[in-house]
Amino acid sequence: MHRYLAGEDDRRKMLDAVGCASVEELLASIPQEVRCGALDLPPAASEEEVRRQFWAYAIANSAPECFASFLGAGVYRHIAPAVADAMLQRGEFFTAYTPYQPEVSQGTLQAVFEFQTFVCQLTQLDVANASLYDGATAVVEAVMMAARVLPKRRRVVVAGAFHPDWSAVLDTYCEPMGLAITRVGWGADGRVDGGELAGALGNDVCAVVVQSPNFLGVVEDLSTLGPAIAGSGALGVHAVAEATSLGLLAPGGRFGFDVVCGEMQAFGLPAAFGGPLLGFFATKQAHVRQMPGRLVGETLDSSGRRGFVLTLSTREQHIRRAKATSNICTNHGLMALAATIVLSLLGRKGVRDVALASHATAEYLKAGVRDQGSGARARLAFPQSPTYNEFLVLHDDPDVLLARLKAEGILGGVSTTRFGDSWPKGLLVAATERNTREECNRLLDALRRLG
Amino acid sequence: MNGSRTLREPERLIFERSSQGRVGYQLPALEVPPVDPSATLPAALLRGEIEGMPEVSEVDVVRHFTRLSKWNYSVDEGLYPLGSCTMKYNPRINEELARLAGIAQLHPLQPEDQVQGALALMWELEQALVAVTGMPKVTLQPAAGAHGELAGMLMIRKALMDRGEHRKLVLIPDSAHGTNPASAVFAGFETVEIASTAQGTLDLAVLARHLDGGDVAALMVTVPNTLGVFEPEIVKTAGLLHEKGAYLYMDGANLNSFVGIAYPGKMGADALHINLHKTFSTPHGGGGPGAGPVAVSQALVSYLPVPTVEKVGGRYTLSYDRPKSIGKVRGFYGNFGMLVRALAYIRSLGRDGLKSMSEGAVLNANYIRKRLEGDYHLQYDGPSLHEVVFDDTFQAASGVKNVDIAKRLLDYGFHPPTMSFPLIVHGALMIEPTESDGIDELDAFIAAMKTIAVEAKENPELVKGAPYTTPVARLDEVRAARQPVLRWQRTKS
Repeated sequence: MHRYLAGEDDRRKMLDAVGCASVEELLASIPQEVRCGALDLPPAASEEEVRRQFWAYAIANSAPECFASFLGAGVYRHIAPAVADAMLQRGEFFTAYTPYQPEVSQGTLQAVFEFQTFVCQLTQLDVANASLYDGATAVVEAVMMAARVLPKRRRVVVAGAFHPDWSAVLDTYCEPMGLAITRVGWGADGRVDGGELAGALGNDVCAVVVQSPNFLGVVEDLSTLGPAIAGSGALGVHAVAEATSLGLLAPGGRFGFDVVCGEMQAFGLPAAFGGPLLGFFATKQAHVRQMPGRLVGETLDSSGRRGFVLTLSTREQHIRRAKATSNICTNHGLMALAATIVLSLLGRKGVRDVALASHATAEYLKAGVRDQGSGARARLAFPQSPTYNEFLVLHDDPDVLLARLKAEGILGGVSTTRFGDSWPKGLLVAATERNTREECNRLLDALRRLG
Repeated sequence: MNGSRTLREPERLIFERSSQGRVGYQLPALEVPPVDPSATLPAALLRGEIEGMPEVSEVDVVRHFTRLSKWNYSVDEGLYPLGSCTMKYNPRINEELARLAGIAQLHPLQPEDQVQGALALMWELEQALVAVTGMPKVTLQPAAGAHGELAGMLMIRKALMDRGEHRKLVLIPDSAHGTNPASAVFAGFETVEIASTAQGTLDLAVLARHLDGGDVAALMVTVPNTLGVFEPEIVKTAGLLHEKGAYLYMDGANLNSFVGIAYPGKMGADALHINLHKTFSTPHGGGGPGAGPVAVSQALVSYLPVPTVEKVGGRYTLSYDRPKSIGKVRGFYGNFGMLVRALAYIRSLGRDGLKSMSEGAVLNANYIRKRLEGDYHLQYDGPSLHEVVFDDTFQAASGVKNVDIAKRLLDYGFHPPTMSFPLIVHGALMIEPTESDGIDELDAFIAAMKTIAVEAKENPELVKGAPYTTPVARLDEVRAARQPVLRWQRTKS
């Protein structure tokens, strides 16, 4: 018998007990016309054989760890404390399920309560949920919530440089719900075109989505956008693709945005080829009953001790079914635990330190590119605009440039060409506290020679 | 629970452990010049240190989360017979492989020539799921079962629109998971709940009547259904739907019962989501991440979400060339880390092991059913596959409800079954043991259930007061909902 299964003796005893000669008798309810023969798959493999196969997959990839990496555009390489993965690998966490039985799930429940608290602190909003799939679907959920809160308003405005993948996902979800999307462009400074936005707002708009820092790395002026959006009656949605930016930059919650949501992978999760990531979602108390996803709340047990339970579930699919606020069930609990551990380790001081170090490293790179002059082949797209840890370097052939950089051991960034023709041609370059000065100098030197 | 202090004493919130000046990290030395953010960023957009965030040491964090972990029940600890959730063993080798640097650290936007191994792995998993389902093509993108349902229903909607039809209705049996109606609604449909037969299965007469209306886009059905019973008329059902131009959406939550035994493709499914965190052993993680690939029939292949993984010559590529696609359903390409684990599981078990897995799951469920059927009431007595749904009818006379039985099970060291689902069984106790355990662990569970049945008769108050041995006693869920406290705040401490 296979190592993951019980033995022959177990099966014989159980078959005797149920009065069958073989398991086939128990399968009699499955009609012959739907039966299959032997599956077209290889035979069982030992652990060592499986390990060999997967090492072959792994070494056929170029792990960023072996390069000077400046990749970002929604997934970032920040410090990954050993403690986080060690805790994550405790079977008590990763082999448990959704805490339906709170008396034997207090560990998971308390950790989610702590996650919700961290998200509220980072976003300056009142309530946060237990996680969503990723940043793209978090923005979708925010827009769907806005459409429930303001059911007569059937238009969504996406303002400024918004992550193209997230934008494509929003299209997929909005169309069947009958929500039209108006896109507002950006000005010469890379920020939302204020005049165009003013024209796009109106009493048929339920949500205005602003990503900041935006897809081109530029920090939007949330302090003016927030009140303008709120004044139009729409719900403001501040989308965040780089969550460590919240250690340095004030979140939409401070400026009247109704939702701050997005991607939290940056707090210590591996890039994992884009999944599993960690969607987060925070909003105002006023919207709590329209929120998507699971919520953990504090309560007391029958002897007065503090404990935690899943709560306000009447919003959710298992109770409300067709009228639920979202179809989400399984979310990204373990990723939320990872972020909770990393946020605990970083704490009050570290969240700011990571942001400052990332920002300083990016500013060093930016200064180096700027020094090459505005006439250089590789030059800053928005030299005067504020950025956090990512910025766009204009270049007429970024894909060739990337390949040349790779030959020198540098993953120089993400080419905008992979997102279609509507973007300025160039490289999105991201830096974090993990990029050394030597790596930055190598990139700058290579840009000078190859640019 | 033993006498360990850390199991008896509550663990404070991480915020309450804070002590000024403690840190749990050290960043690499900053080699570039430090930056004064007020010189580089607009002052109005800056923030300082965040009030209330904890200051704790690395040791504090390890202790905190280790203690929290001990307050969880888990598959590693024992039988976790949560019906419909397939809480099987999560192999450790899968965890090791998912953490290889060439896998875990890959950035999704590296050029394709740098990620050929990742794309090959995805391609191989897709081929394996094609082999398991007997369906022509699979998308690996959906992040969970419900997400797969939504993707599948969006494909059905797009296929209908392509034919110039705007059908509104999706039929869903009253035994279905709540995600089914919710997903259908987010795909732009209205749902109609259809009553099951006295056997708890699909009622073909009701189905045919709805189909005559001409506005039915699809039926969403779980096979075997949420009672663990195979839908005997599934092929005929698919025929009826297809004849009327409607589609069959199959919820694959219960696939663990028939891998290597039957093909959803032969049942007539047009779309089927596969919960990798159920059938293919990826860990449930205390509430995800999951992964919900969707297999489709030829009728829906054109509508699959982009990108798909294609093999062109000897190279693998992410293809966006699918003009009729529903578009993108998430960022990037899927929960890759979960795909790695699922393929490792499929490779480990192989062709025969997968079949043996499903046979084991069915045998274990039938063994529990046989041993408990005198002690607990069985409303629907059709042949069980991988799970069995008892209810509390026998215990109701003494006022003991299913929830009491569940809480008492905690005292005997087991995670309870799924409670009060499916909705068509009043006081349901839905037991899915999976294939992972041998007869000894099942016997221990059965003994506990039998003892509780006796207790319910002889000492119902004992059962109604349970649990007695858990870190906290029964929690006041009404209070949690009426006076919601959803975050920690300093003023409260």
